[in-house]
Amino acid sequence: MTGIVHDSVDSLAALIPDGAKIVVPADYTGIAMELTRAMVRRGVRDLYMVCLPVTGLQGDMLIGAGAVKTIETSAVTLGEFGGAPRFQAAIGDGSLKIKDATCPAIHAGIQAGQKGIPYMPLRGMIGSDVLANRDDWKVAQNPFSDEEDPIVLLPAIRPDFALIHAKKADRHGNVYIGIRREVMALAGASRQTLVTVEEIVDGNLLRDDATAAGTLPALYVGGVAEARKGAWPLAFWDEYPADEAHMTSYVAAARSPEGFQDYLDQFVTGDARAAAAE
Amino acid sequence: MSDFPAPDEIRTEELLITIIARLLEGCRLVSSGASSPIPGGGCLLARHQSGGAMQVNVLGSRANNLMTNGGVELFDWAAQGRLDAFFLGGGQIDGQANINLVGIGDYPQAKIRWPGSFGSAYLYYLVPRVILFREEHTRRVFVEKVDFISTPGTSDPEVYRTGGPYAMVSPLCQMGFDKDRRKFHLVSVHPGHTVEEVLDNTGFEIDVPEHVPETILPDRATLDVIRQQISLEIAECYPRFAAKVFPEAMNAA
Repeated sequence: MTGIVHDSVDSLAALIPDGAKIVVPADYTGIAMELTRAMVRRGVRDLYMVCLPVTGLQGDMLIGAGAVKTIETSAVTLGEFGGAPRFQAAIGDGSLKIKDATCPAIHAGIQAGQKGIPYMPLRGMIGSDVLANRDDWKVAQNPFSDEEDPIVLLPAIRPDFALIHAKKADRHGNVYIGIRREVMALAGASRQTLVTVEEIVDGNLLRDDATAAGTLPALYVGGVAEARKGAWPLAFWDEYPADEAHMTSYVAAARSPEGFQDYLDQFVTGDARAAAAE
Repeated sequence: MSDFPAPDEIRTEELLITIIARLLEGCRLVSSGASSPIPGGGCLLARHQSGGAMQVNVLGSRANNLMTNGGVELFDWAAQGRLDAFFLGGGQIDGQANINLVGIGDYPQAKIRWPGSFGSAYLYYLVPRVILFREEHTRRVFVEKVDFISTPGTSDPEVYRTGGPYAMVSPLCQMGFDKDRRKFHLVSVHPGHTVEEVLDNTGFEIDVPEHVPETILPDRATLDVIRQQISLEIAECYPRFAAKVFPEAMNAA
């Protein structure tokens, strides 16, 4: 029997079938980049990718590798490193279906999923082209108001998998997330959460108040694997900064499909990653 | 009397940080957004000038983060009426203060695709002082009509809206926005620039008062705070920006 702790990140990636609906957080929460590379190695296809509420390198790489059919996001950007080249190319040639959103609308859909209710109402959006292009969102009258008061209703988002990188997990599968409370929402809304961590530790994170308050309990976790520097080349919490030189070279390479393929050959399917991440 | 440095001693980024801080005066809680080093700097300067009365949240910061319930908390503040000011940019901004963060050309297969709308389609409705900010003042940014409305400048009366455009700041000038007339007006022009230059580079009609004042530059003391303190605080989230704009401070640190 395979326990909750997997021996390898590739074994975690094997759990994600083609066509799965995944949700990923924004860079500051902790991005499972090594798991993302393993997904590309596995050749996963037709993903429905939800971003809470935005994505960057992770989304660009999955899109460039042809793994994503539909993306629901409030933005795709590499931040200080510029626009996301493979995302822009896939929008330009029509190969990616996009459901443009606004950050709190994705949070609201995920919160509805977390609470097991069908939808969440949210202010704003009325009169925007974001709303006009979302036929899955509705506008309704606030039932508690005597005046005309339209409000947007967002359907619950229930992904198959949430994917995150965190600092540590114990052997029971409890994961330390610290202050990053959005992980609770992601995990609650999703059927299971796949986690990579900097280290697997002895003991039980739920037994001590100091760690328990910032711990995702194992009941949400479908599998966890150790991946040292697993968010590389992105910054991870206070643990390590972004690898600026690598990000710059990614942006340059990903401007063309050939350059992007060379990048994958080197750093995803090839063995240059381990040396570069050190 | 304050000591004022010569205009050519002041970097454009330093002037913009100063103007933004002035626009935040009197706020209790403000936040900067994603990819916003200059607004973030303006918030930090405003906090310094408030003597600690103002609470500042810099998105992406560890040292200046006020949220303990995840990224959604910023949006909850806005809906609760706690967030007094926020910043929005835009690939295009039009004369009715509509903002486009999505792209140019037909949606969804845009000719030029930008990152996306972020929180704009919500925060613009709920934050009383939304400061529009762009580092480029040209006719390709300030257009007659945006290609895609990420978020509208004004709303019909039945739409719940406690917030909206409060000011627009660019490297050329500062503008205000009249909600009822749905139109921008010129507030001041920065030293070294002219009203004609503003009009030549703005693709929509704006109201120009008979006398347009020159934007007041930061005084020596303000400039020192920006260079010696704000530069280091903003470098935490925006190291590349800080290295470019404040090389002296970064080298000294």
